[in-house]
Amino acid sequence: MAITRTEKTVSKPISTPAVRPIKWKDVLGKAIVYVLLTTGAIIFIAPWAWMVSASFQPIGQIFNWPPNWIPEIFTLSNYTRFLAAEGFFRWILNSGFLAVVVLCVQMFFNSMAAYTFAKRKFPGRDGLFLMMLGTLMIPGQLFLIPNYMILLRSPLFGGNNILGQGGHGMLDSYWGIIIPYAFSVWSVFFMRQYMKGIPDDLLDAARMDGASEFLIYWKVVMPLCGPVLAAQAIFTFTFVWNDFFWPLIVISDPDLRTLQLGLALFVIKNRTVWDIVFAGSVISTLPVLLVFIFFQKYFIRGIALTGMK
Amino acid sequence: MAVTDIRQSNPTSSRLRETLRQMRKNWSAYVFIAPGLIHFAIFTVFAVSFAFYISFHEWNIIQPDKPFVGLDNYLRLFDDPRFLRAVTNTFTFMAGIPLGLASGLSVALLLNTKVRGQAIYRTLFYIPVVTPLVVSSIIWKWVYQGDYGLLNYYLLKLGIIDQKIVWLADPDLALPALIIMMIWGGTGSTMVIYLAGLQSIPEEMYDAAKVDGANALQRLLYITIPLLKPTTFFLLVTSVIGTFQIFTEVYIMTNGGPLNRTTTIGYYLYTKAFRELDMGYATAMAFALFAMIFVFTLLQWKYARGDVEY
Repeated sequence: MAITRTEKTVSKPISTPAVRPIKWKDVLGKAIVYVLLTTGAIIFIAPWAWMVSASFQPIGQIFNWPPNWIPEIFTLSNYTRFLAAEGFFRWILNSGFLAVVVLCVQMFFNSMAAYTFAKRKFPGRDGLFLMMLGTLMIPGQLFLIPNYMILLRSPLFGGNNILGQGGHGMLDSYWGIIIPYAFSVWSVFFMRQYMKGIPDDLLDAARMDGASEFLIYWKVVMPLCGPVLAAQAIFTFTFVWNDFFWPLIVISDPDLRTLQLGLALFVIKNRTVWDIVFAGSVISTLPVLLVFIFFQKYFIRGIALTGMK
Repeated sequence: MAVTDIRQSNPTSSRLRETLRQMRKNWSAYVFIAPGLIHFAIFTVFAVSFAFYISFHEWNIIQPDKPFVGLDNYLRLFDDPRFLRAVTNTFTFMAGIPLGLASGLSVALLLNTKVRGQAIYRTLFYIPVVTPLVVSSIIWKWVYQGDYGLLNYYLLKLGIIDQKIVWLADPDLALPALIIMMIWGGTGSTMVIYLAGLQSIPEEMYDAAKVDGANALQRLLYITIPLLKPTTFFLLVTSVIGTFQIFTEVYIMTNGGPLNRTTTIGYYLYTKAFRELDMGYATAMAFALFAMIFVFTLLQWKYARGDVEY
């Protein structure tokens, strides 16, 4: 580091002449960069833009060849028909409810665990933490069948007796999605990394004033964790809203489907109603897209945070 | 009395007493982690142990009896052509990883040249990442559609193909088609991670290289790419793990077909467990998957990890 610093002071006067003439090479370079980026962005957004455009076109127009990028006949009927179609309105509510509940439950339990691992000293702390981290490499498929069985055999849920027999347990209920997602080692890990950066003096001062451990966590540490909490909240919301696999396993009652599950099964069952499907696709993308656009700063920072590790 | 005497003279038990004292003093820490710990104990520790137990039994979930079959489930994997096909396919999917990394790095490099409207470009490239996988699969099903699909239209117009191709129904083209879709969906997040990596490279490095007369290409090859090695390593490991588990795209777009050519391990495992109710076999497959991920990660750790000092 020391070496590069000295190099900087030496090199600056040499590399920057007093008056810099316009170099045509630089201008050309910039132009090429913009052309490449714009072409790339158009190619990347095209399939997506087409979905949005098609969702406003009557079915006959969607099948036009060449494709209509701008609707010739603009209609909202795909949306009204989608919302009126079997179950979709309910499925939107289901997804929203689950995403918000899982988000709140996870933030609470994860941040408490993260705080404890980051700031408390107690026997067994490092061992427990390492054990949790060690399981992160296990693929989700390994948990698929045992967790299905745990949900099926949960005592006193879904008509089960105290021994977990007789009913369907937490399967086919909101519990079956909320409980397995109530805690995430990944997010504990990232919150802990962030909380470690909070100076101990602040906590000690509160302790001197007689604050309880819960009060320190809630009133001192949490208010300082805004960025990491925001990033985690966005991740969790997006993850639960977009999740398809676990609802597919857990839910069989049509009324309890999430939007993604409902949409996927609808597409597989009705292969030709592309108009309704595209409207549904736009609606099911909208919440996460809005969250992304409004909280982009946290989103990107969260990614960089996870990515830099 | 005799018992307490021994305790006092024995260093192990006095350490134990100290530990217990510490535990009593910090009781609230255990209360704080209790919910997480209970969840972890049930849904991770017990789950893995239970999975291990199931993998040695034959079990269809409906009947209560599960006969012990020893290593049979694991041995069956080696003579199951569909499983071997799924492994081959999964490894073929990995061909997309370097392409995806290259695509994300290219966009990141272009964006890092202090272009105007960086945020807008970033958003456009990132939108496919936040789009739910179910929706991406629907969109691309249309793109690849034979009669009306967007891809056929533009390829015909550009004269690259001379007749319509039903991409997802062609045994040789379905898997590459899915790879292209995955690159589309993944470039945004790769780009953001590379951008973070690029911004952590000190400007002085480039200044020094310029003084030494290095051109842009040399700076890219000898400074940027080597210094991004930890980022590339991270992306490589996570992409490999992700590829092993591909499911949703296959479920919605191809159902594993044509001729099992897009069946991945993740998809086959699901079919075995929840369509054929062969739980013991599916669990053995999950352990095989875990073993593959473990070996791959270890190999990458050993050969591809970038230790960079500057």
